[in-house]
Amino acid sequence: MTAALIFEQVLNGLQFGLTLFLMAAGLTLVFGVMGLINLAHGSLYMVGAFCCAWITQQTGSFWLGLGGGVLGAAAAGALIEMLVIRRLYDRDHLDQVLATFALILIFSEGTRMVFGSMPLYLNIPAALGGTMALPGVEAYPVYRLFIILAALAVALLLYLLISKTRLGMRIRAGESDREMIAALGVDIKTLYTIVFALGAAIAGLSGALVGALRSVQVGMGEPVLILAFVVIVIGGIGSIKGALIGSILIGLVDTLGRIFLPVILKFFMENASANSIGAALSSMLIYLMMAGILAVKPKGLFNATN
Amino acid sequence: MKKLVSAGVAALLCCTAGVAQAEVKIGMITTLSGGGSTLGIDVRDGFELALKQAGASDVKLLVEDDARKPDVAKKLADKFIQKDKVDILTGIIWSNLAMAVVPAATRKGTLYISPNAGPSALAGKACHENYFNVAWQNDNLHEAMGSHANKAGYKKTFILAPNYPAGTDALKGFKRMYQGELTGELFTKLGQDDYAAEIAQIRASGADSVFFFLPGGMGIAFMKQYAQSGVDVPVMGPAFSFSQDILPAIGDAALGVANSSQWGKDIESEVNAKFVKGFKEAYGRLPSLYASQGYDAANLILSAMEKADVSDKDDFRAALKEADFASVRGDFKFGNNNHPIQDIYVREVVKEDGQITNKIVGVAIKGHQDAYASKCRMK
Repeated sequence: MTAALIFEQVLNGLQFGLTLFLMAAGLTLVFGVMGLINLAHGSLYMVGAFCCAWITQQTGSFWLGLGGGVLGAAAAGALIEMLVIRRLYDRDHLDQVLATFALILIFSEGTRMVFGSMPLYLNIPAALGGTMALPGVEAYPVYRLFIILAALAVALLLYLLISKTRLGMRIRAGESDREMIAALGVDIKTLYTIVFALGAAIAGLSGALVGALRSVQVGMGEPVLILAFVVIVIGGIGSIKGALIGSILIGLVDTLGRIFLPVILKFFMENASANSIGAALSSMLIYLMMAGILAVKPKGLFNATN
Repeated sequence: MKKLVSAGVAALLCCTAGVAQAEVKIGMITTLSGGGSTLGIDVRDGFELALKQAGASDVKLLVEDDARKPDVAKKLADKFIQKDKVDILTGIIWSNLAMAVVPAATRKGTLYISPNAGPSALAGKACHENYFNVAWQNDNLHEAMGSHANKAGYKKTFILAPNYPAGTDALKGFKRMYQGELTGELFTKLGQDDYAAEIAQIRASGADSVFFFLPGGMGIAFMKQYAQSGVDVPVMGPAFSFSQDILPAIGDAALGVANSSQWGKDIESEVNAKFVKGFKEAYGRLPSLYASQGYDAANLILSAMEKADVSDKDDFRAALKEADFASVRGDFKFGNNNHPIQDIYVREVVKEDGQITNKIVGVAIKGHQDAYASKCRMK
């Protein structure tokens, strides 16, 4: 276990966390601004990945596919906002959960009807293939660095959008008082559609970027969705900053935990049990951390509403 | 008059050939949605194809989706047994789900035919006369790969598998045969799809080969990330890591990889040709080993129905145990613990007519039986 390896694992944890951030950002935005629990966020992630894979297959260009994935997810988001989500804002959370869960089933079966149940082929573009040397790390995949940079860029753009622009001001206003901003003559309906589509677009971007790294298949969104919920609960619901810090925390704890826990446990017990107990424990680690953080800060690290 | 007699003879024939059957009800619990759905869909499609090809009108197949969740599988099993009163259960893909369902179901007297999961617990002490595994015991394909690793001259292998019963069985199976040294051993989370941390470990370990068992989407993710990582240590695995349902999604990164399987689409036999051709025609894709297992499971049940009535459990069990059916994999028989004794092949991933698929290149172990059979009290 060298310092270089530890550094590389920290980088891996950072990258994993930042891909989670892309999911959590949209989720927390929608939850914070509209008070809506959107279980179908994972489906938008899937839509992004499938659009990207399909367009990449048709055109041979990953970049067109990536753009298509973002646009496709945004369009799907805008569509379901207008058809379904809009009717849910005044309902309680249980109704929202039921309706958006139904959307998951519709999206999954719909995707299966169109593309079949086999995973789609999507690989990273040749320009981003291969590895490069970093200080202390002899070879790190270029594509993973690209994901880190892309996610940081999204974080920066979101920050600028929300704190520096008129749209951002309205979003923040809508977050604190929905009736008042409507009374002031802001078209709240359109605003909500835009925010929802924005969240969907980031989810689609995440799906397309990560799909090239993992696998593009029906049901790919739900495991990520669960982690994204953990992130926004830790970070504080509605807070983009909280989502960023929370996702990096989760990424680091999960990655470092699953590598180093078995190593540490080997000092106390024999190899076989250290391996299996370490693996079991590390898969619980993020939930233990969530419980710990909520015990101290029940509203998460950065609560947006106080 | 002659016509009348021949009609009478025909009528007699129809009712003496085989045993007159009441309808046999089969409940299939399998994974049709979520991450591991390609496996369940292939098992179901293979099973249905066999029924269709046999023109079996006296079988009623009920299919339900367990979404890879043990609690859902358990509920479905209860529903099938209590409400639908099925004679036979089948279909479970994942060993943790099988452990949740099989012991209770077989104890209640329902027959269970496993088309995939073969956890070690059910092959040894907890073997049961109502439980038949028509695929393999979990360790089998990994044992074959362990012995292949010896032949290939690997001395320092890094091994990894998901942390669930079949994953621990997998690594145990590999280690049982492998004689070299292990440079690392890792259990990952079931359903994990980012392996950057594991691949960094592999790079740092100085291994000369990697053995991994990651079925479904996990295998796709691992292979893609492995190819991108620039680590050039050769990989190998059981067929589950390179099955036909995931190969197209992995792409060229899988070419040349060795993997072990009890079946291959290029095994030359009449029944295998009929299966592969029928599957391609019916579903428009190449069958995976999971599909072959579903197909064999159905044919095993049909062969027993020829000989015995399902309501007479003793007769029917005896008929199942004879395994008097043409398996697509060639020779097949049950050992004392109702698990297969069979040949296991080494396959290589190749490109045929632009399609990525597997080709058999040799036999890893002949007439292989699992290591737990002696712990089973059944004869």
